[in-house]
Amino acid sequence: MTSPLLSVENITVSFDGFNALDGISLQLMPTSIRVLIGPNGAGKSTLLDAIIGHVRPSSGRVVFKGRDITHMEEYRIVRDGICRKFQAPGVLESLTVMDNLNLAARRRRECWRSFSRGVAGGTYEQAERVLKLIDLAGKRNLPAGQLSHGEKQWLEIGMVVASDAELLLLDEPAAGMSHGESEQTAALIRELSSQHSFLVIDHDMAFVDQLDAPVSVMHMGRMLKEGTLKEIRNDPQIAAIYLGRDKEASVA
Amino acid sequence: MKKRLELSFDAAMLAALALAPFYLSSYHLSLLGRFLALAILSLGISLIWGWGGILSLGQGVFWGLGAYVLAMHLKLTGLAPGDIPDFMMWSGLDHLPGWWRLFQSPLPALVGAIAIPAAVAAGLAWLVFDRRVRGVYFALITQALALAFSTLLISEQAYTGGFNGLTDFTTIFGRVIIDPGFQRGIYWITLATLALCFLGCRWILNASFGKVLLAIRDGESRVRFLGYNPAAYKTVAFALAGALAGLSGALYILHVGVISPAMVGVVPSIEMVIAVAVGGRASLPGVILGTLLVNFGKDWISSAMPEVWQLAMGLLFILVVTVLPQGLAGIPGAAARLFRPRRKRQEPEAPRREMRKGAAMAAQEKD
Repeated sequence: MTSPLLSVENITVSFDGFNALDGISLQLMPTSIRVLIGPNGAGKSTLLDAIIGHVRPSSGRVVFKGRDITHMEEYRIVRDGICRKFQAPGVLESLTVMDNLNLAARRRRECWRSFSRGVAGGTYEQAERVLKLIDLAGKRNLPAGQLSHGEKQWLEIGMVVASDAELLLLDEPAAGMSHGESEQTAALIRELSSQHSFLVIDHDMAFVDQLDAPVSVMHMGRMLKEGTLKEIRNDPQIAAIYLGRDKEASVA
Repeated sequence: MKKRLELSFDAAMLAALALAPFYLSSYHLSLLGRFLALAILSLGISLIWGWGGILSLGQGVFWGLGAYVLAMHLKLTGLAPGDIPDFMMWSGLDHLPGWWRLFQSPLPALVGAIAIPAAVAAGLAWLVFDRRVRGVYFALITQALALAFSTLLISEQAYTGGFNGLTDFTTIFGRVIIDPGFQRGIYWITLATLALCFLGCRWILNASFGKVLLAIRDGESRVRFLGYNPAAYKTVAFALAGALAGLSGALYILHVGVISPAMVGVVPSIEMVIAVAVGGRASLPGVILGTLLVNFGKDWISSAMPEVWQLAMGLLFILVVTVLPQGLAGIPGAAARLFRPRRKRQEPEAPRREMRKGAAMAAQEKD
């Protein structure tokens, strides 16, 4: 039995007395995918925030590769091997597509090592590889600000992949994508899961279905249920309370 | 092609400036010299504001530190041994304060004029950026600093010369400052320093450092979540801008022969930023050009109609912000867009992208 890559232990995050996360726990094995679903305000994004150090839990801890990272600086957590795609596309608009990827793939991220020209060979190859993966090779020298919404989403997924982090956190990667695009995104994630672990938030049940991975349902800052999407769908409690309201009807 | 055009523009500008002593009157040469000195400071503002997105309304502080350090040295070299500067005597001091002595010899003064502002800038920047204070709050802090600095200079008359500042410099490195031949030498030294700083800045900005800086301007938190520490990069950039400001201030007083609190306060600090905005804050040649034009304009207007200058400056700033956000450096691009036949737009959102690579293809085949 291998030890988990990530282990979230009983985390509570409160904003002004309101518990956005209420004693939540989660374990993720190396090279696996986990999907987080739940209604708006369930605390999914906050959970990712807490893992990557964007918000600090008031109790509980986050253990990554056997190491407590609960109070580590954000950029050190990233260097340690967790990278995140935020909900709103966050590409660096005045840099070219290739520079975005180079920046993400770069291993020497300390300031004092940044006074050199050019890009290290390994970084460049990594960026090239990802560029082909996200199918933007034809737009490598275009400023990222000129990409379409879907392309920006892909570029940001690409940046997260290029960072070569062991754990990738994706917040609604398929949002705003066409049916075909989100299908390709799901396939990409499945392929990459042979080297990385993924924690994915999404509302689009068709997309979640294509990921073909265990699903955790969150509600009001708690973990409600874990299982396959099918089990979740067939759970009368969940169907009644959450999925039944908006999503399930359109998926079924 | 574009690169060659830029290069020939830079070279032409450099040649025109280098030959200026042969075709400009000594009055205009002296003006040009001091504005070139100011352009060194503008390069620093371009670095932090144009690239790093850090607006500082207090660059006059770092500029003033450089100027005052060199002025102290110049004041001391003009004295007979054992004498103290005149304003100290008037204020009742009977011996030279210890920290003045630091700058008695030229080398510490030259190093200090650059290192002291750089160190102060680095300290301030680290304190502020590590706490993630930014944007308008940072601009306000720097503006308050400029106000405090000039007030402090005025209030400590015995040590700083007070409101009148430091003036009456006679010699530097054993040469008589007002000698026309030496003035010409100082002009070329200023120009050469500016050229070196320009090349240095361009090198830094083309290195990874510049890319990260630009990335921080676009999305500071995205950069942090790629594993970079933005505070470190911003602090280094701000310290570099401080060093450039100090160097600029030190060179400037060689041209004008005086430094006073009125030259380092809030209004001069804002004028420095406006000159950079006019030139185009992200373009190094642009900010040099902007600094020269705005300052010659200032000289011209304020000698013709002194009361109008600040009004003109305000209007200029509004004009640039609303019409030419990229400053003068944005004009060629804007003109090109205007005259070139409309390019076909990038095909809007291909309905279904052709996949060429990898997993998705395999996945689709399976379906």
